[in-house]
Amino acid sequence: MQPLQITAYTVVNALGRGIEPSFAALEAGAGGLRPCDFGEAGLDTWIGRVEGLEEEPLTGWLAPYDCRNNRLARMTLEQDDFAGAVKSAAKRYAPDRVGVFLGTSTSGIRQTELAYQAGDASSGRFPESYVYEWTHNLYSLADFTRRFLELGGPALVVSTACSSSAKVFATAWRHIQAGLCEAAVVGGVDSLCLTTLYGFNSLELISEAPCRPWDARRDGISIGEAGGFALLEKPRLEASPILLLGYGESSDAYHMSSPHPEGTGAILAMRRALDAADLSPADVDYINLHGTATVFNDAAEDRAVVSVFGARMPCNSTKGWTGHTLGAAGIVEAVFACLSIEHGFVPRTLNTEQPDPVLSARLLTQPLVQRVDRVVSNSFGFGGANCSLLLGRAP
Amino acid sequence: MNAVYVNAVGLLAPGLEGWQASMPILRGESDYRPEVIPRLVADLLPANERRRTTDTVRLALLAAQDALRQSSVAVETVATVFASSDGDLEILDKICLALSLPDHPVSPTLFHNSVHNAAAGYWAIATGSRMSSTSLSAYNASFAAGLLEGMTVAVVEGLPTLLVGYDLPAPPRLSSVRHLAASYAVALLLQRERTSEARMLLRIRLATQGLEDQLSNPALEALRTGNPAARSLPLLQALATRSALNVCIPYLPGTQLQIECRPCD
Repeated sequence: MQPLQITAYTVVNALGRGIEPSFAALEAGAGGLRPCDFGEAGLDTWIGRVEGLEEEPLTGWLAPYDCRNNRLARMTLEQDDFAGAVKSAAKRYAPDRVGVFLGTSTSGIRQTELAYQAGDASSGRFPESYVYEWTHNLYSLADFTRRFLELGGPALVVSTACSSSAKVFATAWRHIQAGLCEAAVVGGVDSLCLTTLYGFNSLELISEAPCRPWDARRDGISIGEAGGFALLEKPRLEASPILLLGYGESSDAYHMSSPHPEGTGAILAMRRALDAADLSPADVDYINLHGTATVFNDAAEDRAVVSVFGARMPCNSTKGWTGHTLGAAGIVEAVFACLSIEHGFVPRTLNTEQPDPVLSARLLTQPLVQRVDRVVSNSFGFGGANCSLLLGRAP
Repeated sequence: MNAVYVNAVGLLAPGLEGWQASMPILRGESDYRPEVIPRLVADLLPANERRRTTDTVRLALLAAQDALRQSSVAVETVATVFASSDGDLEILDKICLALSLPDHPVSPTLFHNSVHNAAAGYWAIATGSRMSSTSLSAYNASFAAGLLEGMTVAVVEGLPTLLVGYDLPAPPRLSSVRHLAASYAVALLLQRERTSEARMLLRIRLATQGLEDQLSNPALEALRTGNPAARSLPLLQALATRSALNVCIPYLPGTQLQIECRPCD
């Protein structure tokens, strides 16, 4: 496929605001997880919380959008001069030629949780300040971002659980290929809420310890929150050397909340990404795993990765650093992939002490310092919604 | 470039029970009587999954099934796009209510059904299809956004693509903050190449000065404005009458899709 260049990118997560603090933490080995101190959640678990969201409400004309998720969106858009890069693109192409394609799993559902707690739930009389359309509805994230960036192109929110903000790269590529826009803001935001904390808890999928991907004693995820954005456009000479080279999407067709045990859907996603980029497994330098640290997810992904790339391909999971940021995981890990390519540095898999002997992929428990040209980043969601991205320098 | 063939249509809403039964109504040959949708069984689902699905998933899958019954396409080769403004508000209501109680008793089934791609997940399980699938929302523009996504999957990737647009009224507690008048689900099977099954060619472009089409029948017009997925009705009317029409449907605020419809027979 015709590659797109990643002109600008940014991220906010438990490691910090913007790419510099995130990369500095990855280099220094300083993880972002902490014992759960979110709201009234009384769960014995660790979370990747973004500092300061409670104190930074949206005000002025942004006030109707005020909720934890859109606060995190705004905070992220203000890092790394991302909004400035988008403004230049809007000038280059016209604002209505720049699309906005974002992923989230729960958007501002926290606002509805609070409304149910504060209001008279039996009658549906909620606090005056609660506006479903601008906070909880999934599209609120793209609506807010589009207005904040003053863009007028096509827009939508993809919500396929934990692959949401990976799949938006595919949607953006298709819209650009079809001529519906010339550039696109992609990414996603997911923020802490009781729905995901207690939801994953009900499935017995959250760990009491900081999550340990691929570890023999792994026992579940740590939930995190994050925002991330990237600006995609057709390659221009002067800009960043990192490209979206390929993507692969697939469905498991197996179960709503468990992965296919053989990793069949994951294999298809990785193969389709390689095929789209017209590359072979040997052209890839490293894989950022979905690596959630649940018993079954890691086992299925291990089989899939080894089946496509063999057992010597360097792999890591960055979930131990940031927590599983769910609908934002795709963009966070795409940004980490860009950082690895720019700096020639692949972080280790944090918290993992004894890699599971029954798993065969080459899991990095120490950082890898070497030139990185091409990275595969995996994101797999509930409902069997899989997406692999292939990012890197031109072959 | 942005031209795509419609090979099959599925429809389910009060008084519009399947595409075959709905065509005479949309052509104005039969009266429209908006009755309550009977509780139909999504018979393509395995019994175990059928028990765990919700009204929302059933409605979406029934419309999808209605469309695919009219086509000989192999279902495992079809990519899907599921477009819904609000997904499953009944599930979200139950979750938020549970979270407002002591101990926050959210059930595992409730949680895994809460994902926006629940319909897509059940569809893949039911059909065994491992093709790509997008689940999206664009609030009131969800059908138009889904049509663009479905068209680009069909045209750019060259895959037969099933677009399913659906939304259901909110449960009583949430209806004060999100009012949807009636249930509605539509499915369009889209394909880049013209085949013997092609019914209509759609040429789609973005517009900012268009005037969205309305329906002359007041009850159908109320349905159109009362549910984001029902913004598709003017397009379905063109498909039912097989006429060469230019249809304008609303997209994001201040924008529209201009759709040039050309029948294939």
